[in-house]
Amino acid sequence: MIAFAELLERLTLTPGRLAKIALLRRFFETEPDPDRGIGLAALTGELAFDAAKPALIRQLAESRTDPVLFAWSYDYVGDLAETVALMWPERRVNAPPPLLMEVVQSLATTPKSELGALVAGWLDASPAPVRLAILKLITGGLRVGASVRIAKIALAELSGGRIAADDIEEVWHGLSPPYTELFAWLEGRGDKPDPAGAPVFRPPMLAHPLEVQDLAVLDYARYVAEWKWDGIRVQLVSTPGGRRLYSRGSEDISAAFPEIVEAMTFDAVLDGELLVLRDGPDGVVVAPFADLQQRLNRKAPTGRMMQQFPVGIRLYDMLFEADEDLRPLPFDARRRRLEDWFARAAPARMDLSELIDVPDLPALSVLRDGARAASIEGLMLKRRDSPYVPGRPKGLWWKWKRDPLTIDAVLMYAQRGHGKRSSFYSDYTFGLWRQLEGGSEELVPVGKAYSGFTDAELAMLDRWIRNHTTARFGPVREVAHGRDAGIVLEIAFDAAQRSTRHKSGVALRFPRVSRLRTDKPPAEADRLDILIRLLEGEATIAI
Amino acid sequence: MPPHPETWLKVLPEGLFCEPGGFFIDPPGPVPRAIITHAHADHARPGHGAVLASPETMALMDVRMGEGRSGAQRQVLPYGEPITLDGVRVWLQPAGHVLGSAQVAMEWQGSRAVVSGDYKRVADPTCMGFEPIACDVFVTEATFGLPVFRHPPALGEAARLLDSVRLFPERTHVIGCYALGKCQRLIALLRQAGWDGPIHLHGALIPLCQAYERMGIPLGELRPATVAAKAELAGAIVLAPPSAIADRWARRLADPVVCLASGWMRVRQRAKAKGIELPLVISDHADWDELCATLTEVDAPEIWVTHGREEALIHAAEQQGRRGRALRLVGYGDEDDAGVEAVPGETALGGKVVA
Repeated sequence: MIAFAELLERLTLTPGRLAKIALLRRFFETEPDPDRGIGLAALTGELAFDAAKPALIRQLAESRTDPVLFAWSYDYVGDLAETVALMWPERRVNAPPPLLMEVVQSLATTPKSELGALVAGWLDASPAPVRLAILKLITGGLRVGASVRIAKIALAELSGGRIAADDIEEVWHGLSPPYTELFAWLEGRGDKPDPAGAPVFRPPMLAHPLEVQDLAVLDYARYVAEWKWDGIRVQLVSTPGGRRLYSRGSEDISAAFPEIVEAMTFDAVLDGELLVLRDGPDGVVVAPFADLQQRLNRKAPTGRMMQQFPVGIRLYDMLFEADEDLRPLPFDARRRRLEDWFARAAPARMDLSELIDVPDLPALSVLRDGARAASIEGLMLKRRDSPYVPGRPKGLWWKWKRDPLTIDAVLMYAQRGHGKRSSFYSDYTFGLWRQLEGGSEELVPVGKAYSGFTDAELAMLDRWIRNHTTARFGPVREVAHGRDAGIVLEIAFDAAQRSTRHKSGVALRFPRVSRLRTDKPPAEADRLDILIRLLEGEATIAI
Repeated sequence: MPPHPETWLKVLPEGLFCEPGGFFIDPPGPVPRAIITHAHADHARPGHGAVLASPETMALMDVRMGEGRSGAQRQVLPYGEPITLDGVRVWLQPAGHVLGSAQVAMEWQGSRAVVSGDYKRVADPTCMGFEPIACDVFVTEATFGLPVFRHPPALGEAARLLDSVRLFPERTHVIGCYALGKCQRLIALLRQAGWDGPIHLHGALIPLCQAYERMGIPLGELRPATVAAKAELAGAIVLAPPSAIADRWARRLADPVVCLASGWMRVRQRAKAKGIELPLVISDHADWDELCATLTEVDAPEIWVTHGREEALIHAAEQQGRRGRALRLVGYGDEDDAGVEAVPGETALGGKVVA
């Protein structure tokens, strides 16, 4: 448990992805079974305990600490588990800290009435970091900022290059803690685990962004186009062993979309886009992403939400039909299989993504420029002979996003970045002009951008911010911004959406800095009205 | 019956004042006569008339302020050698905070008060350990006066740092530490933990390290970080003031792991808010348990708290059956808490340093 506690603390505080992988890898290398597997399960969110809750921790604190000192301490620290972990009175006990396996097993089997004494005994035997890890484990609040994917990359490194993270992905959802057979396979002591019909996730095939230099050289006759829908990419896995809806990142999101799982009355693995779909006068209408966001924010939807934001799947591809792996087949063949299957199975809540023939670049450009409607991000180009390859293989699939929208906004606040950027002011809040009653104008913040600039531009902005700071609020600096003072940033973004959370009433999707407009006086930056006219959801497109 | 210390040891706007002796202790501004507990900037100010301190504190003040800037008349007083100032018997006793740090013990007409200054109770290879003195009034700090503050063994924290250096051999570990005391203690701890390679220093730390070595505290091979090539700093340990570790100065380092050595690092949220990747809980102040144990040991019926989280310590003192009083002396802080977000151009030494 000591190594796990140290790992948790470091993962929480480490911003760098590579550093996180190194920390995880060392944990998996040095901890024995079954503790390392239990640690893996805890980090990837596979463990949950019902019996132990914050109330129990509060009771423990009351039994062992002075109530006045506890209140002051809690007030200072601000987190219940951490307060208790830090102020727990240390007594010398002749017992080592518990093993992770012991904690997890006991939590699952101990009756609620005996839980308090059990946990108190562990806390007595543990130093502060271990106490915190135990309490966070109990309340399910690990929040270490390490994705499941990062854990799988670290696991793959254990194999010394023999096994890729995507290979682990293919068996992952057929495994369970403490993953001893997985570790045996990674360390060359055992065979690849056989998921045996379990509804496991298959790493998806992704597309490269299409750059200007690619446009001229593509042989368009070999490609077919599809709309790039603005929902979330999902994988539907339905086998005799179970049904799962996975996000692109292999997260099991079945519980959030029960109506989809209910409709998966087939034996197949499908690739598609999850969208909010509504019936309109001229057919099904795709709602803007903001509507889907309402559903994504929930672990389990209410009946009302399901009615208000009905979801469906627009199908792109077919990976398996029953036991048959279709992934080696060319795209055209898979598409025919998908269409034939769809005609027979006629699954509810699903339709097929329309294919568009692309004779040449001019035709394609016309299509893309016309794709200004809500819920379409641009075009996909798929080579007709492409097999379904996990990851982002070069030259097979391309995404050609519609041109971003741009505004000229005024920099208002800046904050330092993280990791390599921790000495640079690299997070920028920008605003647009809004008319006040009486005719004067004020700047109102409309978004934040963290990317899009070159290193040289970052250095220039950092210098400018340090020299033009007008106020500080903790880590945030307010910089000079007014009609005659300030710096104008050209901000590119994919869409504007209504938002009740922002003072401006508008939220931008994927805002980034596209240019520094040092030539432009702040008074000539854009007005908020421009953004309001661009709002999505005011006009949706019927397909 | 001897006079109660509150009749002769008073809080004036200029600071804590021993009336019959005519001297202030650690006054925040210039006074005619001052006794200085230790050389940290919030306790040792320049420009007094007469100033009395331990020989080490006097030497460190000379380094920080410039030779002779602490006062017009300067008198050194070794530990445990009493003198009499206008009828008040005064002596200094080790406080265990930093090199030269002292408690000021005062006796007047059979009544005894001890001003601890800042102190800690755990062993420190760079200074003498705290020696408790029984007294009628014990004047204590309470920087870490909450039970959540319990410092783990410092050598274990040094070992955690070295473990991280082994795990990330291509990165620089830059550790924010206060220039006087913390820096030299951390170096000594790293040596104890087995690091005998060079340790690189920010320029602001060098003069005080040299002073420690002159006074017989060996620190091993130290190199200036500022002139080192980036390649040399890969895998290196670099010590710098807290204000420098996440600012422009740190850009010279190789993909740094940002560490901070401070008692505040016990609270994870504080580490996270400051962008610290590896917090090291190393403090030169007494933690909660040490504060409470010290009150029991000196066994004074009355406890005065100069600064810090006085309400909690007074609450604990009252539970021990002692009277507690908050002096609320202004101008004292915790040297670490100057923070990572210090104003550029200011040093971690509070801008008062000649270094």
